[in-house]
Amino acid sequence: MNSKHSKDLARLDRRDLSWYMDRLVQAVMFVGGISAIIFIVGIFVFISKEGFSFLFDGFSFTEFFGSINWRPTSENNKTFGALALIVGTASITGMAMLIAIPFSLGAAIYIGEFATGKTRESLKVLVELLAAIPSVVWGFIGLTIMNGVIIQLFNVPVGLNVLNAGVILGLMAAPIMTTIAEDALKAVPDKYREAAEAMGATKWQVIRQVVLPAAKNGLVSAVLLGIGRGFGETMAVLMASGHSINIPGSVFDSVRALTATIAAELGETAVGSDHYGALFTLGIFLFLITFLINLTADLVVRGIKRS
Amino acid sequence: MFTQTAHNVQNYKIEGRWRILFLVMTALLILPVLIILTLLIVRGGPAISWEFLTAFPIKGMTAGGVFPALLGTIYLVSLALVFSVPLGIAAAIYLSEYAPDNVMTRIINLAIINLAGVPSIVHALFGLGAFVIFMEFGTSILAASLTLAIMTLPVVIVATKESLQSVPQAFREACWSMGATRWQTIRRIVLPNAVSGILTGVILEVSRTAGETAPIMFTGAAFFLPFLPESVFDQTMALSLHLFVVATQVPNVPHDLPYGVALLLVAIVLLMNALSIGFRVRLRNKKKW
Repeated sequence: MNSKHSKDLARLDRRDLSWYMDRLVQAVMFVGGISAIIFIVGIFVFISKEGFSFLFDGFSFTEFFGSINWRPTSENNKTFGALALIVGTASITGMAMLIAIPFSLGAAIYIGEFATGKTRESLKVLVELLAAIPSVVWGFIGLTIMNGVIIQLFNVPVGLNVLNAGVILGLMAAPIMTTIAEDALKAVPDKYREAAEAMGATKWQVIRQVVLPAAKNGLVSAVLLGIGRGFGETMAVLMASGHSINIPGSVFDSVRALTATIAAELGETAVGSDHYGALFTLGIFLFLITFLINLTADLVVRGIKRS
Repeated sequence: MFTQTAHNVQNYKIEGRWRILFLVMTALLILPVLIILTLLIVRGGPAISWEFLTAFPIKGMTAGGVFPALLGTIYLVSLALVFSVPLGIAAAIYLSEYAPDNVMTRIINLAIINLAGVPSIVHALFGLGAFVIFMEFGTSILAASLTLAIMTLPVVIVATKESLQSVPQAFREACWSMGATRWQTIRRIVLPNAVSGILTGVILEVSRTAGETAPIMFTGAAFFLPFLPESVFDQTMALSLHLFVVATQVPNVPHDLPYGVALLLVAIVLLMNALSIGFRVRLRNKKKW
């Protein structure tokens, strides 16, 4: 009995060419799969490698995070204080989120819950198209159109400031956040809505008391991803922020962002110099911050799935 | 019999007000961008001509066309696709068809999300460190394309994975029960049913890649070159960087020139995107399962 059984099994075990082919392809596809991990690790390794000489030599923790003096090219007194750059990035991102969070959540609720049929489809397509406009074009819009608008409206001498970069970044981030937030609303099962409507709730009551609480984690992760985008945005911020080192006192002050500093200065540094290493150190800092934000967003989303 | 009470009426009034508020918010989000796009067309439209598309920039980039930049963008995007499309499709096939539900798979997914979230300028630093310096490609089309390819890899992976997963499981099971291996099933059944979805993702990637500026600034794109690149080890001009240059670095540029470059870039990107969306909508309508 037993030996007959194993004979059957042996007959079924066809390790023929297509079996080996399947194995080979699986291995090749696996390499494709882990390439993302390789690249993420590679990015960290290579930017660390270039930043290393500076990190162990010229780098001072208190100066980097505590000083506002970013003077990488000074003849006799080089200082690498990134505080003003961090504050610049944070103030622009903050300004952008002030606009993008309410508007993108509002738009997501309208598109996901109120709009129906053709209107809904067209709005979704429109939002998706808006998300595709390249960042250098947004920067150009900030530099020309928004600059003029701000000078006219608020009667200030220069329109390249926190307000300009913030509005531009807000308009840039909002479509992406809208799409993610709308997905989060869509993930709430229709059963929930129907049950509430059967109890006589109006649409708004359903949204406020059923849909929004159920979609909370997805909405939080949409906001987090938006913040991550804001921190990492480069060209638009470089062109619209005024690019001067400042701790801003008002939204009409020019600031300078971490990303913009790298973009503006990297071309002029000698490979291996302190300045070069310092720019890569800014890169390591940006990488770690955005990594943390993305990780948190992912954990928050995973939270919904578990419950 | 249902009769409306004052309470019901009040509730519907509240709903109506919120509805209008959200509609206004949606409009405020979309309208400024439409106005801006209209302005780009009005101010940049007159600059665009046949000569603009086919001539070299002259007089220190204050006149002439954008031909080398346009061609450079086409080179960069094409070479980036050569690297990222096969790799992205392989990754998507692994994740959708082979990957077991384990820690490794979760780490891969997390890496893909993070790869999409890494700031573009950090990708530029990586490209400089890895391709230009370490692999000694120099500032070249090759180094810039590799940087772009890695940056836009998540776009291909996500789109391909989605279209592979939209092929019904029953198709695979029917094929397996006939004795086919997994690879035979993927090649004969899954891929042919997913190919148009994959194409949508590739077009989307083209639009993403064409607009990127920061990753190519230090890896292969030059401000100005008086000649066209001859091999992948040459530098090239690119449309996105050209917009940055004429908008900020060149003095005495005539007013409509940067608007023209911006309009051309936006037109290319949005056209590609619209194509991808249109493809997707048609696909969804055609699907029988």
